Parts: sequence; C-alpha cells; structure tokens
Amino acid sequence: MAKKKNIEEPVKASGLFTYAPAPESPAAAGDIATSYGHFIGGEFVDSSGSEALKTVNPATEQVLAEFAQGTDEDVDRAVAAARKAFADWSALPGSERAKYLFRIARIVQERSRELAVLESIDNGKPIRETRDVDLPLVAAHFFYYAGWADKLDYAGFGPSPKPLGVAGQVIPWNFPLLMLAWKIAPALATGNTVVLKPAETTPLTALRFAEICRQAGLPKGVVNIVTGDGRTGAALTAHPDVNKVAFTGSTPVGRAIAKQLAGTRKKLSLELGGKAANIVFDDAPIDQAVEGIVNGIFFNQGHVCCAGSRLLVQESVQDELLDALKRRMATLRVGDPLDKNTDIGAINSAEQLARITALTDAGEAEGAERWSPTCELPGTGFWFRPTLFTGVSQAHRIAQEEIFGPVLSVLTFRTPAEAVEKANNTPYGLSAGIWTEKGSRILWMANRLKAGVVWANTFNKFDPTSPFGGYKESGYGREGGRHGLEAYLDV
Amino acid sequence: MSTVAANAPGVAGSGLADVAASEASLRRFLHGLPGVDQVGLEARAATLGTRSIKTAAKAYAIDLAISMIDLTTLEGADTVGKVRALCTKGRTPDPTDPTTPRVAAICVYPDMVATAKAALRGTDIQVASVATAFPAGRAALPVKLADTADAVAAGADEIDMVIDRGAFLSGRYLDVFNEIVAVKEACKRPDGSYAHLKVIFETGELQTYDNVRRVSWLAMLAGADFIKTSTGKVAVNATPPVTLLMLEAVRDFRAQTGVQVGVKPAGGIKTTKDAMKYLVMVNETLGDDWLTPHWFRFGASSLLNDLLMQRQKLTTGRYSGPDYVTVD
Repeated sequence: MAKKKNIEEPVKASGLFTYAPAPESPAAAGDIATSYGHFIGGEFVDSSGSEALKTVNPATEQVLAEFAQGTDEDVDRAVAAARKAFADWSALPGSERAKYLFRIARIVQERSRELAVLESIDNGKPIRETRDVDLPLVAAHFFYYAGWADKLDYAGFGPSPKPLGVAGQVIPWNFPLLMLAWKIAPALATGNTVVLKPAETTPLTALRFAEICRQAGLPKGVVNIVTGDGRTGAALTAHPDVNKVAFTGSTPVGRAIAKQLAGTRKKLSLELGGKAANIVFDDAPIDQAVEGIVNGIFFNQGHVCCAGSRLLVQESVQDELLDALKRRMATLRVGDPLDKNTDIGAINSAEQLARITALTDAGEAEGAERWSPTCELPGTGFWFRPTLFTGVSQAHRIAQEEIFGPVLSVLTFRTPAEAVEKANNTPYGLSAGIWTEKGSRILWMANRLKAGVVWANTFNKFDPTSPFGGYKESGYGREGGRHGLEAYLDV
Repeated sequence: MSTVAANAPGVAGSGLADVAASEASLRRFLHGLPGVDQVGLEARAATLGTRSIKTAAKAYAIDLAISMIDLTTLEGADTVGKVRALCTKGRTPDPTDPTTPRVAAICVYPDMVATAKAALRGTDIQVASVATAFPAGRAALPVKLADTADAVAAGADEIDMVIDRGAFLSGRYLDVFNEIVAVKEACKRPDGSYAHLKVIFETGELQTYDNVRRVSWLAMLAGADFIKTSTGKVAVNATPPVTLLMLEAVRDFRAQTGVQVGVKPAGGIKTTKDAMKYLVMVNETLGDDWLTPHWFRFGASSLLNDLLMQRQKLTTGRYSGPDYVTVD
C-alpha cells in the first residue's frame, strides 16, 4: 500500500448496536454433584483420605463442587486397576479397541453441548470456544486414533509394535477435556491402560468423561481418573508400576518429573511452556495477520502454551499493523463465558491472575508501553483486559517469561535473519507463526525456526493428524498424528 | 449525498491523485495493496457469522435491515403495474404495522425510473436504476453513457453501474477506471448535482479475493459513492467473505483519503439470519459510521418478507405464515 497518512483515528469500542446477552443455560451442563471421589476400576469410589479440594467457577468465584485430594493409596489402587485391565485390553484385536474409541467419540459428539457448558463453567473459557473448538477437536482425536488402532503394524514402527503398559498422565487446566483426549485416545488405541490426573482447578469434565467411559461399556480399569493437586500427580508419576508418563504443564514441574524419572525405565513425554514468536513481514496479508495475532494471543485468554505471545513485526509496517491491531482489540468482548457473544472469558484462577498482574507490572516497570482497550469487566470473578506492550526488547521479562494470559509483547525486526535470531532467542521452542505472501520466505523461515510447530499465515490451528510438541524447554515427544503413537509404543 | 466534487479533493490530498496517471502507475498501485489470505478471510467471516443476535438487538437489527433494503425488481417481464406495486410495498412494507420502517430505495431498470419516481412522490425513498447495459455491461461506452444519462434524466437518484469485467480480467485497469469516471460524469444533472453512483463488480466473475480488493480500490479512486458486490444475475453473488473484504477496503480508503464510501452486498441474501450476519460484519469492521442506510444497503427482493415475518414474531410472539406478508 502507498504510504499511509497518519490519521489519528479514535479507537472505540464496538458499534452502535450492542448485542443483547445470549447466555447458554448453565443447566445444560447437567447435574454437578456436591462432592466427587475418584474413578477407579470402572467405579466411582471414595478417596482413602479425607482431604477435599474445591473447584470454583472463575467467572463467579462460586464453588462448583468438592473433589478428593488423591492419596498415595488412591494412586496405588488406580494403578493396580489399570495393571489388571492391561492384560485383556492389550490382547484385544485393534479393530475391537477401535470400536470402543469410535463409541466414545460419538458419545462425546452427542453430549457435546453438555460437555461444552460444563467445561466453560469449570474453566472460565468462553462457550464459543468450547463449543466451536474444544469439543469438535476432542471428538476428532478419538475418531482419528480409533482409525489407527487396527493399523499399528503399518504405522512405521515395525511389525506388531507392543504397548508399554500403564500410562500415568497428568494434564493442565487450560484445555481440560482436549488434553485428556490428546492423552487418552492414543494410549488406548495402542493398547495401554491409563491413570489420568486432571488439574486441580478443572477436574469436572474429566469426571464427566468417566461417565462416558461407562456409557461406552469400556472394560473396567482401562481408564482411571484420580483427582488432586501436585502431590497426587507426583505420586502418580513416581509410582513404580507405571510404565509411561505423559505430562503437559509448566516447565518447572516438567523438569521435576524428568529428574524424578531419570534412571528408571519409564518412558516420558513432556509438553511444557512456550513463548512463541508470531512474525509479520511487510508483505503480509494485513487484515488476516491481525486476526491471526488476535487468535494467537487472546484465544482461551492466552492460556495456551503455544500462544503467539511475542509479536515480531517488520519495522516498515509497524505503525500500520499496530493501528489495525488496536482497532481490532477494541472490538473484543470480555465477560460472561456462557454468553455466546463473549470472545474472552475469565482467567482460570486467582493465582494465575496474580501471576499475570505481576508480570505485566514488571513490563511497565521495565519501560515497555502498555495499552488495553477500555472495556468493562464484571465485578466478581477473575478478569484481565486484553493487553498490548510496545517498545519491548528481548531483555524485558515480558519478552522472555511465559505469561500465560492475554498479554502480547511487540518487538520489531528489519531483516528475515534478524527475525529468525530473535524468534529463536528464548529458552522455549514450541511454536511460531510466519505472515508473508512470499512462499519461498515461509519455507526459508520454517527451516530455521527452532519450534515444534510453525504456522504459515495462520495461528493456533490444531488437528489430530498433525504432530505437536516442542524443542528445548518446551519439552520432548510429540502428540497427535502418527508420531503421537510412538509415545505409547515400545519402539 | 457525496459527489465527485466532495470526493475529489480528498483523494487529491491523500497523495493518490497521480495513481491513475498511467496504466503502469495504476497497476503498480493496485498490485501493491496488501494481499488477501483466503483461508483467514473466510475464517473471519465465518466467525462473525456465529454472533448470537437476540431480543432487543434483534429488533433493532431487523428495523435497521429493512431501512437498508434496495427493494429490487430487475426482470424482463417487469410492467408498470409491477413497479407501482413494489413502490407501494416499499412505502408500507407491513400494512398491519405502521411502525415498520420504509426501505431505502426501489431499484428498477432505466425505463421504469419515471414510473417509480411518480409512485414514490412525497417519500424520501430513493429511486435506483441499473444502467450501463446491465447486467453484462457488454455495450459500447457511448451506449452505456446514454443509458445512464437517460436514467438520470428520468429522475433516478442513484445509478448502479456494472464494470467491464472483461477489461478488468485482462488487466486493462485504466479502461475500467476511465469508464467509471465517465459514467460518474453522466450522472451529472442540469443543476450541477450528481446522482449517487454505485459500482457493481460482479465479484463472482472476478474469482479471486485479491481481485476484489483491487477492484474496490479502483472504483473508489475513480469516484464511486458506493461499491456493490454483484448484479444478482450470476451463480455466485454476494458472499460474507467478499463483503467483509469490501468493508475492509472502504475502511482503509477512508483512513487514507478521508472519503467515505458505501457498501452494498446484492443477490442471494434471503433470510433475516443472513442479513444479521452482514450487519454484524459492518458493526465489527466499520462501526456506527456505516450502520445507516446512507452507507450500507442490501440489494434484495425476497429478504424483506422474511424480515417482516421475523418482525411480526418479535411483536406477537408467534410465527405467522407467508400469507401474513404481502407478495409484492
């Protein structure tokens, strides 16, 4: 485009017509019990301990339910149940295992509204995302790995690859049901049995998934769910009868697990933090790049390990792009996660909100310039305005540390080489985005970026057929696709 | 109503005055516009289509949509009686409810302009006429100009011209540009004022989104008051992604030149639900400034009745049938 005149256009909140609230009914989430135990050996059982934790709705701060803090004994029981089920489950022909997985996938689809609403209530993410992104992907993962169950001989891991045994899986709170699907679907398809621990702020959909396992007639003990906080997770990953550990979560916890498992025969896959660079060149499709930037960092309140939290923009289009980005950010609707028109929901917990606040304060203190659209935030609950930092340099904390919130740091570059250098200059290496109309540049960049996933002219797109995982402190191992099978096979 | 006189100085002051100095400079400019990523554009349009418009917002949007309609009849079989009936419908869309807003304009062929003008006397409803050898646009320039002048002389307030898609697709951008300039001149009335010029691209024939962005800028630079997707006479007419792209183009054009241009999706928009999606796109891409009949129109004939039925549902709480709205 010809040189842009610098018009000071007021950035204003969206339009003349304010959308009336379009709330999804909380009742659609189904009955939420006042307290939950574990799901072990196909039964809902009480914990052996008396300690209970509470899960709250982050949008209202209301307690939704109590759930058990899993003890060592609970973990022991669950692992034993999984071990017992392993013999029969792994001996089933792949085509039989596939039937169960297909059945689970179909039940997830049938109950998707219920699961979407429950996920939104427990996690704080907008119903628009659980309905349109999370649940379709959950079903897709089960369908996809169901398809592999009887074709493992042809997956490229040699003839008749064998399952590992009992998989201990620990998942985070940002995509509770989706991470469960990423972990459970390939494990079951390959003939393993699992003990899964959901995050302590979001256990409800995993427990609802336990019901689905029963509805699907899944043999007892193939899937076990033990709830609790980090102590329960540590007991699970340390358990001597667990053959495989899969963890998604923060880098410090991942590092602790790696230490814990070093020297054992357990197989480990880690999917940890990230600080992705979203790189915009001057020939990028500007309007779509703005959408990609927004989707990259504000999707799921920025609670995404592969979020495009560092915007690297070519200096020549910086002003134009930032004007467009601010204009677009002003139309984001923050509020009630159950409103179908909400774009950004609640921050998952008070603890996470405090962390985001501390890091953004540090950004200001270190001299970066902060900008947020003026939008009203609800009185109760945990909220954070979508935030943009300009004038950020690599030496700022907000350019180095994972914020895990709706906060974007903007840096600039002048040449492709500089973009690569800055993009790779982080301890992480999970994902990256490239925006340019030049195909050869996309390939040139993708070859040089140290990131497990590189998106071109898009961002935060997931598909069960595509492997996902990191470099450096973002972990190791891959989930999804044919590569995702390897983590659960003895190869 | 903006005219060339109002339009030209803005463009001149924006550094774009010389863009159309030669075929080469015009091409350089149009090809230098940011590209369009197909996947991203379509995804954005689809996302905007999921906004949930209920209750008060829906009532507001329905009335707004009715007031933005260019109620259209463009058939070979059009008669004076048919056009008069359409004009009556435009004045009182729902005879059972006088609070129903009027439509923005009645759109007819040039030979029906005088009839429509007479039938609409005393209202502020505009008469729009498709000129320039609509819908194919395959006639010599003098014929197109005569067609336009004839419609203007008959009293047309707005001229919907079609561009020469053949010239555009073969890269003769300057020819298209000059033709729009000439037609705009033919819109001039004896008193010096101009009929409002809407330029129809027939985006279904232009095929690519890059072409849509280029032709939007081309028309705006040439002085279009409105840019319009299509004639309604081909297989693919207005689509949400194409309209979104044109909304982005008028937004960028105003930011650069200070000149505001209207947008009119036409053809294939039949239901209230469709219309809501377009209004949401305008709302979230351009905001208040374009959410008026002066800057956004729907080219439609069957949309109105669906809007009226939805309107009745909101007021009565019940769905009525097609016999509760008039057929013309």
